[in-house]
Amino acid sequence: MPAKAGDGRRQSQSGPSGGKAAPPRPAKAVSKKRDEDASTDVGEGADEWTAAKTLVKPPDQLELTEAELKEEFTRVLTANNPHAPQNIVRYSFKERAYKPIGYVDQTAIHFSLNGNLILKDSDEGRRQSMRSAVSEKASLETSAVISEETEIKDEEGTEDTQAAGEEEAEEAGAAEEAEAAEAEEPPPPRVKEQKLANQFNFIERASKTLNNPLRWEIYDAYVEELQKMEKSKEKEKTKAQIAKKEEKKKGRKLTSLESQSDDITKISKAAKIMERMVNQNIFDDIAQDFKYFEDASDEYRDQRGTLLPLWKFQYDKTKRLAVTAISWNPKYKDLFAVGYGSYDFMKQSHGMLLLYTMKNPSFPEYVFSSESGIMCLDIHNDHPYLVAVGFYDGNVAIYNLKKATSQPSYKSSAKSGKHTDPVWQVKWQKDDMDNNLNFFSVSSDGRIVSWTLVKNELVHTDVIKLSAEGTTMQGPEGLQLQTLGCGTSFDFHKKIDYLFLVGTEEGKIYKCSKCYSSQFLDVFEAHHMAVDSVSWNPYHLKVFISCSSDWTVKIWDHTVKTPMFIYDLHSAVGDVAWSPYSSTVFAAVTTDGKAHVFDLSINKYEALCTQIVVAKKKNKITHIQFNPVYPVVIVGDERGHITCLKLSPNLRKMPKEKKGQEVKKGPEVEIAKMDKLLNLVREPDSTAGK
Amino acid sequence: MTELENYLFSGIPIRTTLDNSTTVQYAGLLCQLTMKARSTVRDIDPQNDLTFLRIRSKKHEIMVAPDKEYLLIVIQNPCE
Repeated sequence: MPAKAGDGRRQSQSGPSGGKAAPPRPAKAVSKKRDEDASTDVGEGADEWTAAKTLVKPPDQLELTEAELKEEFTRVLTANNPHAPQNIVRYSFKERAYKPIGYVDQTAIHFSLNGNLILKDSDEGRRQSMRSAVSEKASLETSAVISEETEIKDEEGTEDTQAAGEEEAEEAGAAEEAEAAEAEEPPPPRVKEQKLANQFNFIERASKTLNNPLRWEIYDAYVEELQKMEKSKEKEKTKAQIAKKEEKKKGRKLTSLESQSDDITKISKAAKIMERMVNQNIFDDIAQDFKYFEDASDEYRDQRGTLLPLWKFQYDKTKRLAVTAISWNPKYKDLFAVGYGSYDFMKQSHGMLLLYTMKNPSFPEYVFSSESGIMCLDIHNDHPYLVAVGFYDGNVAIYNLKKATSQPSYKSSAKSGKHTDPVWQVKWQKDDMDNNLNFFSVSSDGRIVSWTLVKNELVHTDVIKLSAEGTTMQGPEGLQLQTLGCGTSFDFHKKIDYLFLVGTEEGKIYKCSKCYSSQFLDVFEAHHMAVDSVSWNPYHLKVFISCSSDWTVKIWDHTVKTPMFIYDLHSAVGDVAWSPYSSTVFAAVTTDGKAHVFDLSINKYEALCTQIVVAKKKNKITHIQFNPVYPVVIVGDERGHITCLKLSPNLRKMPKEKKGQEVKKGPEVEIAKMDKLLNLVREPDSTAGK
Repeated sequence: MTELENYLFSGIPIRTTLDNSTTVQYAGLLCQLTMKARSTVRDIDPQNDLTFLRIRSKKHEIMVAPDKEYLLIVIQNPCE
């Protein structure tokens, strides 16, 4: 607007100098402009003002021609300070001349004011806050002191009638109160400050610095690299042997399996550890008992012992099944296998094989189910992951614990020569000459069969047929039929490889050799009913024990036809087992729920311990096994429960040390013990001439 | 008797039977402690590794089983 006004003035001024025709038009133009520009301000006096403008012309007005007037002048706005010097020059000693400075400071300070705010956490700020706190305290103290003084003055005023001691006490009391009041007041502000500090110094997990990965991460990286290299080497080797296509297929399968694995399976390892820990906590007192408790009252019990119940193992799927076989694993001393089936001829259903560990009483480690009831099992000594199993339907099978399937790895069938009656016992043998695994089985059909695992198949060979003596019958057409005895149990000698014993349903025990397939080495008229179990003594080479449903347990020397010891247990004996730590200790279980433990070196006629070990009545115990390492037995019953019991010290007595003599430990001592006993028994027998 | 949680190593709970705030608290604190325990064990012998961690307090027992990717935490009340 000023420019326009200026233009207007110039034009109006040039009007009279330029020519007469110019004034009226510029005057009108100016007046119009004026109206437009200053519409609100210029009112009725516009005409007079414009008219006066055109006539006045200052004397020093620059006289320009019209062309010069139309010249445009451009104005540029810059940020430069108009007052700043544009060409400051300084003397340069290097060049010995005056040189202009390249850059000149263009800032123009219009206004400056010094403030007096300090940051609270800075040093100065803290000093001041301390000072102010102190001054507050001082003021508080002074106020308290004043109040105290006033109190004292008051007291002094009223104390005329009171004794001096009381005054002092009151003064002291007042002083203490004042101090307490003082003490209370500063701490609350201090406490508040501390609380505030905590709130703002809170360290969040995300803002913490990471633990510097130290050498173990480097080690991990190296290990991974090594593994990768090994894998690639293996792949190369296998590629050379097998067709490449197969390898690729396998590789694809593996990767696809890995990607499909579920979240839960990934955590299985940690979950397993956790399960054990939780179980350990829950059964803590039992675990302590198992490890450390020794019954002190055994001293007063006069050689009798007890069985302390520890854990009870049960699984709901086996509730209706009876325990038909138990076996400890030879490698892992806390792992044991249990076979489930049914002894009842009428009620036959499925079977199960469970493996429990003492570390986890709540749930079995391995579970296998089968269609037919399992009657017996045995774990291989050298390959503790192979379990041989005999079924009620006459089949045998091998389960491989390393594989994840719940089905047996190898199974016999009717084609491959299975038994026609339930298989009562299986036992692994040493690998044959071709390094094939083999085991023996005995069954009620009178055959003892040796099964060999040849190239992933079970091949059978009949070892012996138990022909019952004197029972050859005349069949039709003059055939001589031989009825076979029913084998119910067998046991192989520990040292003499070919020698083994077979117990039958008729109560006879046959001493057989693997080499002779048709004849027995010897026959013992052992029992009146079926022989449930035979077992060689683990130390003494000649002694074996047998038990039967005719309520007796008999100990034999295999060179003598008559038993050495006979025990009547008042109820059908289900199972008998030698203890692994002593040649004279054995345990027997009966169908009335009792477990009997004998030690021949202490008491030849009676059991050291007779104890009911199953909870409910009418629950028959079916099997018993000693743990090879720990002083513990497991007992299986008809309801599918396994109870673990600890042997009290009286049942585990070792031969006493004579003063001045070293204790001889080892199998020789045990053999000698047994020999002594046998001699005692033998002589009266021989003299009596039985 | 027992409560169960499982976490990723970064401290995010995947599955829990407790309420969310407690879970998150346990997650953050126990993750750090496990890492510290693990680095302690491995610094002494790099071939060694932490199998599990058990913290017994007056009120309960906290058991931590670290895995490659996960951390399984169980808080158990003592059975007495």
